[in-house]
Parts: sequence; C-alpha cells; structure tokens
Amino acid sequence: MPDGKHTREINVVVNGEPISAAVEDRYSLADFLRKVIGLTGTHLGCEHGVCGACTVLVNGDAVRGCLMLAVQAEGCEVTTIEGLANADGTLGKLQQAFMDNYSLQCGFCTPGILTTLTAYLRDHPDADEPEIREALSGNICRCTGYDTIVKAALSVAAEMKGARA
Amino acid sequence: MKPAPFKYHRAETINDATGMLASLDNARLLSGGQSLMAMMNLRYVMVDHLIDLNPVSELAGIRIDRDRVELGGMTRQRTMLESDEIAIRAPVIREALGFVGHVQTRNRGTVGGSLAHMDPAAELMGIAALYDAEITLTSTRGERTVSIADYPMGYMTPNIEPDEILTRVSFDLWPQGHGYDFREFAQRHGDFAVVGVGSQLTLDDKGEIDRAAVVLIGVDDGPVRLNDVEEALIGETPSDDLFRAAGSMAAKQEMMGDALITADYRKRVADAFVRRSLTNAAARAKEISHA
Repeated sequence: MPDGKHTREINVVVNGEPISAAVEDRYSLADFLRKVIGLTGTHLGCEHGVCGACTVLVNGDAVRGCLMLAVQAEGCEVTTIEGLANADGTLGKLQQAFMDNYSLQCGFCTPGILTTLTAYLRDHPDADEPEIREALSGNICRCTGYDTIVKAALSVAAEMKGARA
Repeated sequence: MKPAPFKYHRAETINDATGMLASLDNARLLSGGQSLMAMMNLRYVMVDHLIDLNPVSELAGIRIDRDRVELGGMTRQRTMLESDEIAIRAPVIREALGFVGHVQTRNRGTVGGSLAHMDPAAELMGIAALYDAEITLTSTRGERTVSIADYPMGYMTPNIEPDEILTRVSFDLWPQGHGYDFREFAQRHGDFAVVGVGSQLTLDDKGEIDRAAVVLIGVDDGPVRLNDVEEALIGETPSDDLFRAAGSMAAKQEMMGDALITADYRKRVADAFVRRSLTNAAARAKEISHA
C-alpha cells in the first residue's frame, strides 16, 4: 500500500470559472465537485455507474461523475447543474420546461437528467420520443415514471426546431 | 464511498505505460473506467497504483486499410458508434454498440477496456468473435498477438499477462453487401444482456448462403461461436424453416444459469433470437457474384 494520502494539484474550468485545487488521487470528479469546491448540486446515488444522478458534462459530453477521477479532469471544462441557468440567474430552457411540465418530484435524479438532456438535445435537436427515452435509459428516476420528463424534453426539442426554421 | 487509497500515474505513451506496469507493484491500467472504477468504488478491486491510459493518444483511433480494420485499445465506444467508415463497412458494430451501456458510459468506455474486462455479456467480445479478431498485447518484453478463440481463459479472465497492455484489436472486414444483425434481450435498456446474438452472412449469385458467422453473448464466460449452425447454413437458400432449425440448434448449447435467469430461459431466448437475427441478416444481404 502506498504511504499516506496521495494528492495532486488540478486545474479545471467549472461552469466557466477556472479553478486550481489539491485533490486526493482517489476522489471521483463528483466527490471533488461536492466536497472540495462545494457544488453540491451534483448528486451521488449508486456510485457505481448505474443510476446516472452524478452525470456532469466534461468538455461538453455527458459522463458519470462517479466513474471519472477528479485528477483525470485536468485541463477540462466541466459543467454541472449549477452551470445550466442563464447568466442573469433565470432558469435555462430545459430547466423551465421541467418546471412547466412538473418533471420532478423529489428532485434527486434531476441534475443528472438535466445535464444528460442538455448534451443530448444539443447533439440531436430533432430527437423524437423513442430516442429521448433511450437517451434517458442511463438515468434512473423512481418518482415520475419519466412521462413528464420526456414531455419537457420534447417541448424543448420542438422549440429548438422552431428557432432554426 | 470511494476507492481505497492508491497513487495515480499518467501515462503519455505506450512505452510509459508498459514501463510503469512492469515496475510498479499491484498496479492496474485505467482505460474508460466504466467497469474498473465501479469495482474500485465498491472495493472489489484495490490497487496500489493506477496507470491512466487516457492521455496515450497513440492508443486511440480507427484505421481501415483496404479490407482490414485496426481499432486502438483506447478508441471510445462513442467514436466507433459515430464513425461513418464503421457504419458503412462494419454496420454490425454500430448495431451492437447501441446496446453497450448508455450514452454517458459510451462517452468514456473503450474497446480495449471492454475486451480486457471481459464481462460474459460484453457486446464487443461478441463482435470480436464474430470477426475472428486478433488481439495485440504489448509489454516491455515485446508484442504478441492472440486470436479471439484463444483469448478467454475463464470467467472474466482474458489471456493477458500482468505486464501486458491490450494495444489494439484487428480483423478482416466482410465484403460489401453482406447481411448482418445484432440484437439482445436485457432486463432494461443498456443493462447486461441475458442473451445477445450477432450474425453475418453472404449470399452467392444463386442466392445461397456461402459464408455465415453466428455468435452468442451472455450465455457463457466468453462469446460462443455457433460453428454447427454456421456449417448447416452453408449452401442453403434462406427460408423460415432453415432459420427455425438454426434457432433449435443454438438452443442445444450449454448455457449458464444465475440467480435471476435460468439456463433453460436463456436457451429459449437464444432459439428465438438466432432465428430472428439470421432472418434479418438474410433480408439485408445482397447477392454477391464471385465471377
């Protein structure tokens, strides 16, 4: 066993803000976000890659925050739930659609679902219902039955399509 | 919950990684981390040193040279899923990748990681078997190549020495116009396959099957090529009866049972899925003249 704690200094940009911090080698990216820099919006559910609650965007792509080490995020741009609102503090489109469609109950899974859908709808603005359901297959919600989440996602997709037309 | 303490090492080149792997005690390689990190979080796996292969750019990439493909070990599943060349030349890979985990795990997960982890339900192991792939392993001692048939040594035990890195997997493409299909049954989308089936075939200019490959995943430690089914298909014209018989033959395989799924149930799924997979592969195949 190696002696003592192993730590590294990492440089990451979180929600647009450059951050340099020391972190234990064994810390997951989600642990780093929550415990080192205090962004507790990223939730940890199963911590073995199944539930999707910890999903964050790394260089724009949705990844499991519990299966990536913080030290691996060196030089990366990370977006969390705290970075999805508009600059003036009002809710982003997808967040507002979740409000309008009652897409959350307890809200534990919501940060992971919002980050997942943010990347998915950016890459697939023409997504239909089966595609959105498949995109959500890596996020477990035990309250809603997904119907209202899918409805919110479809409403944003329709709005994005309208904006491009 | 987090892993037991370890020291993290960043490899920049293959030589870096093999050097560290040969000299550090109780070291493991980290590729996409979509299985290893989960096992470390659960402390099924405890390591003293973790060697990160993610910065090793020479390990990632899809190279197609005429009729041969070479996938670097660190090629991400998403990269393969989005590759136009793969979609055109080896569409069964794209079809199989749709069943590999979820969008979040495919963004990190790699082909080499999947083959080295060797889960019995690994779709990419099934693909490697379907193509009779060769796996290249590199260490400070040099390089060696293992055929997929000699690669599984037992449950989650690939033919990789402790100082070796899975650097690439290579295989010959099938001719343009071949038929293909990959399908699987799992308890929820992206979960481990109860049974998965991959199949490919070619039709000659008389419409008869002149080459066939069928593989099952999720039924044994490693993928199972159905050689008897393949032989029975050669020279035959695709028909419902032919593929029904192929399904029945597949169901005669020994299959594993576990706490949730019995062996008999796997056999029933395999029976139906082999029939459906071959039916779809034949429908997709174009007759190829060898004149």
